[in-house]
Amino acid sequence: MRQFKGKAVQLPVSDPTLLEVTELETVFSTRDAQIFAVNSVSFDLKAGEVLGVVGESGSGKSVTMMSLLGLLPSPPARIRNGSVMFSGRELLNMKDAELRKIRGGRIGFIFQDPMTSLNPVFTVGFQLMEPLRRHLGMSRGAARKRAAELLDLVGIPDPAQRLREYPHQFSGGMRQRAMIAIALACEPKLLIADEPTTALDVTIQAQILELVRGLRQKLGMAIIWITHDLGVIAGIADRVMVMYGGQIVESAPVDELFGNPRHPYTKALLATVPSIRGDRADKLSSIEGITPTLTRRPAACAFKPRCRFAFDRCGIELPRRTGLGSGHDVACFLQDGQGATSNV
Amino acid sequence: MFHYTVRRLLYAIPTLLLISLILFLLLDLAPGDPTAQLPLTIPPDVKERIRASLGLGEPIHIRYLLWLQQFFVNESLHLISELTGWDISGDRQRVISWQTRSPVVDIVIQRLPQTLWVVGLSYVVGIAIALPIGIISAYRQYSWFDQVGTFVSMVGFSVPTFFTGVLLIVIFSVHLGWLPSIYDTTHVVTDWNSFLFQIRQLLMPVFVLALFNAAQISRFMRASMLDNLNLDYVRTARSKGLAERAVILVHVLRNSMIPVVTVIALGVPSVFGGAIITEQIFKVNGLGQLLIIAIEASDIPMVQTLSFIFAILIVLFNLIADVIYGILDPRIRYD
Repeated sequence: MRQFKGKAVQLPVSDPTLLEVTELETVFSTRDAQIFAVNSVSFDLKAGEVLGVVGESGSGKSVTMMSLLGLLPSPPARIRNGSVMFSGRELLNMKDAELRKIRGGRIGFIFQDPMTSLNPVFTVGFQLMEPLRRHLGMSRGAARKRAAELLDLVGIPDPAQRLREYPHQFSGGMRQRAMIAIALACEPKLLIADEPTTALDVTIQAQILELVRGLRQKLGMAIIWITHDLGVIAGIADRVMVMYGGQIVESAPVDELFGNPRHPYTKALLATVPSIRGDRADKLSSIEGITPTLTRRPAACAFKPRCRFAFDRCGIELPRRTGLGSGHDVACFLQDGQGATSNV
Repeated sequence: MFHYTVRRLLYAIPTLLLISLILFLLLDLAPGDPTAQLPLTIPPDVKERIRASLGLGEPIHIRYLLWLQQFFVNESLHLISELTGWDISGDRQRVISWQTRSPVVDIVIQRLPQTLWVVGLSYVVGIAIALPIGIISAYRQYSWFDQVGTFVSMVGFSVPTFFTGVLLIVIFSVHLGWLPSIYDTTHVVTDWNSFLFQIRQLLMPVFVLALFNAAQISRFMRASMLDNLNLDYVRTARSKGLAERAVILVHVLRNSMIPVVTVIALGVPSVFGGAIITEQIFKVNGLGQLLIIAIEASDIPMVQTLSFIFAILIVLFNLIADVIYGILDPRIRYD
């Protein structure tokens, strides 16, 4: 693969905070009810860091990331509270025109389903050239040349020809590569990947994962990787955030989380991953119960109805995230020394 | 695309022949006598000779084949002669109207401009109104604009043109006296004043028909926009930092236009067909009125030829709609 724009980017070692999200709250108002989709979510991200976000469907992973850049349709969505600092600038009260410069320019997005994420009636080249022309002010010729480079970068052979083709002429994996090229077009500081491999078959998943890992080395960007596949997280993330019911329930460096999970939900989640070593389980394990509907602002632990270790306090009070040292924190009464036992 | 078009044109030939046969048989089955409106003082044997002179004595298949020959061969040759100035048609028998005894095609050509002016203009105006209304209604779904738009299109679509037409005449011609109630087809635009008069007499018929067309097309446009607005590619376009204008008018509109263009193209033949009722109300002597009068007088050649021309247009615009479809949507390739 060609060197990206000829410059080698060093992987940052200890960088300043790129993104700092505090107390973010997003609500969807429908005619009948309010859905509290994101509740007091706080996290930060250093430049060049890869943050994995895991959780079941409906846990608020995607909505959180969409909220950051105003990509949710409003109404019904509304950001009630919070602050999102990106490179030292507040995004939540920024003017639309300013925000649009960041979207696609400084922060790139990849979405789940490459089959529907590209516009079917425009060529891949057109869609790839759009951010180049808009954010970098390139001429048509320059944008076309750069677009071909980008396709080459994401490993699409014969890029000049491929630019003239339409999305339906691309395979699923190719489309996701094209999406990645679009997201990376303006060399963003942050790439938000919303379940980018979920809709792809396993071998293609591995290719895409490898591609993003390689690009990260080359471009030195930070990545937020949303998934419900713990295997993918283990392979790419530096740090992992576990979300449940629109809240962060546990956050830790990747080795720490897999080696020493503390929240009952995280443990249950890890237990659902079938192991290829050891005894073969008779059937796949699952977490009993369903995800909460979030029609009320949580006042107690959202996981309580499904938690094997729940006790009285879990039903009357909301557990706060408590640090356990070495960047590990968890929102569970069992872990803050005030619960029944601290070793479950 | 080219091969597809040629193939479709070839398929159109048997289709149209079959349509012409069905039309001919239907008209032959229909009761009515071209001599019925002649004075009763004409003796029956004279009437019989008139009928024979019109060719009604021949068996049906002979009459049909004669019409085919007259329409396809003789009229074509005549048209070529007219256009080039060469005399290749000779004195071949053209399709003759029983009422006026002049060639049907000549009458159609005389009537065409009036219909195109009134009905064609109203179609264009209707589309020009409908597209922006449809786009804004969808983008601001359930806003007051959308609510008003929905109400107006419901009214425009459900109130028949013979009601709105007469209502407008009563208000603007009878009570206010601002606009003429009759469309004067002999009016010639020569200066500013005559141009203004032309505008004034066009106003009511064009409005009546435009309202009806706009009501229909704006609904299609709105529904099609709504289908697209929540799709993933729109989110992708926004995530690229495109301006809202570009997202809607480039990404969403191009996709939404695909079904709407088809509807618009399929509606064009009805423009040529004339708006029969509206033309009657405003006394526009266009094609619609021509057809009505021909039916009343049992002018079989006129009805047959006119209906067949409409059939040709419908088949043609079906093809055009499909071709445009293929141009707008790259996923559809006909070859």
